[in-house]
Amino acid sequence: MPRLPGFLDHHRGLGVRHFLFIDNGSDDGTAEFLAVQPDVSLWRTGAGYRAARFGLDWIGWLLMRHAHGHWALVLDADETLIYPYWQTRDLRALTEWLDGQGRAMFPAMMLDLYPEGRLSEGRPLEWFDSGNYAIRMQPIMRNLWIQGGVRSRALLDDPRRGPTLTKVPLVKWDRRFAYVNSTHSILPRRLNRFYDGGPSGILLHDKFADGAPSRAAQEKARREHFFDPALFDAYYDALIADPVLHGPHSRRLGGWRQLEALGLMSRGGWV
Amino acid sequence: MTVGFIMLCHTAFDRAAQVARYWAEAGSPVVIHVDASVKAQPFQRLESQLEDLANVRFSDRFACEWGSWGLVAATQGAATLMLRDFAQVDHIFLASGSCLPLRPVADLEAYLDARPGTDFIESVTTEDVGWTVGGLDRERFTLRFPFSWRSQRALFDGYVRLQRRVGFSRRIPAGIEPHLGSQWWCLTRDTLAAILNSPDRQAHDAYFRRVWIPDESYFQSLVRRYSGKIESRSLTLSKFDFQGKPHIFYDDHLGLLRRSDCFVARKIWPHAGQLYKTFLAPDGKRVMAEPNPGRIDKLFSKAVDRRVNGRPGLYMQSRFPDREFENGRTAAPYSTFQGFAEVFPEFQTWLGRMTGALVHGHLFAPDRVHFAGGDAVFHGGLSDSARLRDYNPRSFLTSLLWNARGERQCFQTGPADNQALNEFMAGDVNAQISVVSGAFALPLFRSGLPFAEVRKEVARLQKIEAAHLALLRASWVKARVRIWPLAEFLENPMDPLQTIVEEIAPRLRPRLTEVPRMADFSGFGRFLQDLRNQGMQPTLMGDYPASDDFNPGRDRPFLVS
Repeated sequence: MPRLPGFLDHHRGLGVRHFLFIDNGSDDGTAEFLAVQPDVSLWRTGAGYRAARFGLDWIGWLLMRHAHGHWALVLDADETLIYPYWQTRDLRALTEWLDGQGRAMFPAMMLDLYPEGRLSEGRPLEWFDSGNYAIRMQPIMRNLWIQGGVRSRALLDDPRRGPTLTKVPLVKWDRRFAYVNSTHSILPRRLNRFYDGGPSGILLHDKFADGAPSRAAQEKARREHFFDPALFDAYYDALIADPVLHGPHSRRLGGWRQLEALGLMSRGGWV
Repeated sequence: MTVGFIMLCHTAFDRAAQVARYWAEAGSPVVIHVDASVKAQPFQRLESQLEDLANVRFSDRFACEWGSWGLVAATQGAATLMLRDFAQVDHIFLASGSCLPLRPVADLEAYLDARPGTDFIESVTTEDVGWTVGGLDRERFTLRFPFSWRSQRALFDGYVRLQRRVGFSRRIPAGIEPHLGSQWWCLTRDTLAAILNSPDRQAHDAYFRRVWIPDESYFQSLVRRYSGKIESRSLTLSKFDFQGKPHIFYDDHLGLLRRSDCFVARKIWPHAGQLYKTFLAPDGKRVMAEPNPGRIDKLFSKAVDRRVNGRPGLYMQSRFPDREFENGRTAAPYSTFQGFAEVFPEFQTWLGRMTGALVHGHLFAPDRVHFAGGDAVFHGGLSDSARLRDYNPRSFLTSLLWNARGERQCFQTGPADNQALNEFMAGDVNAQISVVSGAFALPLFRSGLPFAEVRKEVARLQKIEAAHLALLRASWVKARVRIWPLAEFLENPMDPLQTIVEEIAPRLRPRLTEVPRMADFSGFGRFLQDLRNQGMQPTLMGDYPASDDFNPGRDRPFLVS
């Protein structure tokens, strides 16, 4: 809830015309806040997130019903989309250009942001790991699988459990399309082929916002994680221990040009 | 001197109206052609927006599909109208609805005045163009193209292939020498009238009607016949991406467009309010400068290059090249050393001192990543965890080299390390791989382990190293590979070291005066003989003398060669 006003403002600024929200049983005033927004449609459910394939069934239905023929941006509330020139070129500029290029999708890798000092100190989330990402091609879907980053470096024992950071959040939707696994991969397969040198953005991920250790304790108890929740006990324990993720190698978030120079996103010919 | 503008419009009519008004109010007649496929309502809206302007006309409408004759027909119609209705016009400037004037009309008129009778039109012979879409240049003029390139690509390509096979060729009418160029030109009244009123006009039109993309060749070819003075360049700034599609200018290009000093730019994003506001301001400043698109060329040619080739050694979400299609497997040259640290215990620090490079230990050691200085985390957040590294060794190495761009990286390798990247590095032009083969046995000899265990381990590592060496000798290897058997290396270590050091730091011109301290080899020859006696064949060490007395480290003087 505390991050929603910022979330709305940022993406309104990018030119999002209408927001479709799914509220999965919040009790912190989220629904009330969203209900009074002029550009928000709100769906509420108390059903299980895990049972709905981590919300994908809900999102899939909304996309099918309402997004056909539109460019649709699918985000979690802790994600912020940025892309090359985002301050001067809104999503309309980007999507018109993508249309002209014959591209129906736009990838944006998740970038975990973390604070200096212990998580519980609540300092600003403005640091990130710039160059510890493991990339491989998944043969069946021909999609890229990017893992790693700060979570693999500092919180996970087993690199195979590293978070999937690849995302295709912006798609010119067709009712025959379907996300397969969160917004990490999509069908038909050709929509995963965005690694030919084209443009890409970044989803700034507020995973480690103030209160992350206590949220980790709740999530551990709720056992709604992807895959087998028991495999992530060590991860939750590491978070609950309120670690320091920042180190001398950490980069402070600058602008998109910094992220492009570091090779995390690309203009892909859109200059 | 008066310039008249022809505007070919098919979308963003409010912006087109703004630009038309700007030119018309500056005293330049404007003839607007609106694509026939545009519906009545937006067309009427455009008409009504401009109805107060006496020097604006609308010409007969043709359907203007990309690359079709309609674009030429539309231009001809508008030009005829311009010549008929506006006798004062001396130059006709062809623009589109998404063009934006960057300089006042008076500037353009002064520029044209200073170059009387000159036609500004890019006109290049088919042999000399390098930019044609679809790879067709001369054949545009000699084949037939009944199918659409955009919507019937397979038929288009198939029909081109068929015509090539049967040797079909259209006859080019006499007097026409095919030329190509940007469709945005500025012609003199005389030249344009000569083209439009030519006695051969019918024959020209009949011929070009079936040429592919005639809007890039009709006027470009005919000016060669009718113009007295051609300046082969366009006064319209227009940049193309790697697919041949025009770059779009946004608000953030404001400074760039100003610096270009060009008269007109296309294509402008219709919502680039800042650009329209700035350049259509009534008090536009006059700059008596030569248009200089070269000033901004670099940005766009760099963008095309990066779009096509990417950045060397970078693997990321929107660029993950197939093997052999990389623009360099890794980001920068690097050197690997096998066996050197065994021969010279202080090799790492010594090499760093001699070359200024960052010298790591065994990056692929089984226990952990031995970063230089024993760091637990390297640039970019690379962890020293062996599990993380071994989960995706290729990403580990390419990330390390990408993250450390600008600083030469060296590291140790060995047969006890993870061997997963041997092939990757062998095929990498950036890799400089140096091996003293068989040196891995020295620490085992000194380990104090029971002989039977040592024998087994030497045999195992020798097998691994032998396989690696075989790989390094393959014909496809692109790395700079140097291999010395241990015995040969010990005979004269100075030359190999000098070569290596020079290769890493050519600008430092390091001159070796002495080799670093050597390990104690006494007894190693006997040890190798013992291995032989036990039925094992140590082959990678070369002709190492079995005599216990051989001790190259102690009393052989090494001098500068």
